[in-house]
Amino acid sequence: MITKRIIPCLDVRDGRVVKGVNFTNIQDVEDPVAMAKFYNDSRADELVFYDITASAEGRKLFTDVLERTASQVFIPLMVGGGVNAVVDFDRLLKCGADKVSVNSGAIRNPALIGEAAGKYGSQCVVLSMDVKRADGKFTVFAKGGRENTGIDALGWAYRGQESGAGEIVVNSMDADGVRTGFDLEMLEAISQKVTVPVIASGGAGCKEDFLTLFNTVPGVDAGLAASIFHYRTLSICDLKKYLRQNGAEMRI
Amino acid sequence: MTAIIDYGVGNLFSLACSLEYIGEHAVVTSDRQTILDADRVILPGVGAFGGAMEKLKAASLVTVVREVALSGKPLLGICLGMQLLFEKSREFGEHDGLGLIPGVVAPLSDDISGYKIPHMGWNKLDIIKDDALFSAIANKDDAYVYYVHSFYAKDCAENTLAVSEYGVSVTGAVKKDNIYGTQFHPEKSGITGLAMLKAFCNMGG
Repeated sequence: MITKRIIPCLDVRDGRVVKGVNFTNIQDVEDPVAMAKFYNDSRADELVFYDITASAEGRKLFTDVLERTASQVFIPLMVGGGVNAVVDFDRLLKCGADKVSVNSGAIRNPALIGEAAGKYGSQCVVLSMDVKRADGKFTVFAKGGRENTGIDALGWAYRGQESGAGEIVVNSMDADGVRTGFDLEMLEAISQKVTVPVIASGGAGCKEDFLTLFNTVPGVDAGLAASIFHYRTLSICDLKKYLRQNGAEMRI
Repeated sequence: MTAIIDYGVGNLFSLACSLEYIGEHAVVTSDRQTILDADRVILPGVGAFGGAMEKLKAASLVTVVREVALSGKPLLGICLGMQLLFEKSREFGEHDGLGLIPGVVAPLSDDISGYKIPHMGWNKLDIIKDDALFSAIANKDDAYVYYVHSFYAKDCAENTLAVSEYGVSVTGAVKKDNIYGTQFHPEKSGITGLAMLKAFCNMGG
């Protein structure tokens, strides 16, 4: 049986890991390569790196971080942030990324998903979406959650899949950083719309939240979190043992 | 030295890094003589079967891979590289493979329903025939490997070393004489994958 995946997410700015709570109030945490090795050793199933750098110098630092990580950590690496064109896929895949996630770049240019999937295969292309309840529906936000696009999240997820995205990361802005559990209602709605793997993000506060996620929304394949892992509130080893003991298929 | 065959299909950065990490000198190359001089050879690959065979032909590497296979040197096909070892593929039409291992490559969707395709993620490795390839895995009864694929090798039970369950027994690892193949990515399968690469690099030479 295929396992459910546990994925720590590292937001990287100017070569360092940071974690925002509700996308603001960012605090410096640690060195990304050391952290990636730590997570690899604690049996993370995959790592996500988001480049939240704006400057060209920061971007170079990020690709250096990615290359150094890929030469020492041998689990899948998903990378996102600032992906606006096929050349960005090319740049990141060459530095050791296995999958590239696109968010605002796909909102600005929906054809990007299909172009990238055609060139590199669907398994490389991940649609990442920041979703929030607005105007009585699940709505896609852009630019790190600052801009309401008015796009219906369920339709966007489906369109992403049909365009060639091989996986979808759903980040609940309502749940992000609050640590009161994943947004089960929204995840259920989205996972009903697509057949590609869905990665749930936002809201994890304790190990029980992951068990509830996998038990309540079987269409979700992976749970992603940042702060609870970064601040070592929860160890990935312990979490995975707990989930396996409670019936989830887990690599431990 | 291990030669990783570069024929313009996919990114070989991680694979080369994984070999260096376990202390094996790896050379990414499309040069015939370098490949033939290597102690062992890896045939990687991602993407579509037909396109990959065309590229292998265009780079005049089909006969080189066959020569390696015949020489008795260890040869390892990974993911699409494993699929190319078989006789043919029914991926978007029908394509001839290298024909080094009996069997065909077929869409997973022909044989399973109700499962997400591609088969992407970590799956348990069920070892059917123990082999030197698995000798360095710490806990063979609890080993997981990372897969990303929509097509799989079938009608190859005789040469199958390990499978993973995904609605059907997915061929995970195969061996015929000196020729190995893994559908999963050992270079992305954590310590279990590194253990298999290490074992492979201890063969030949």
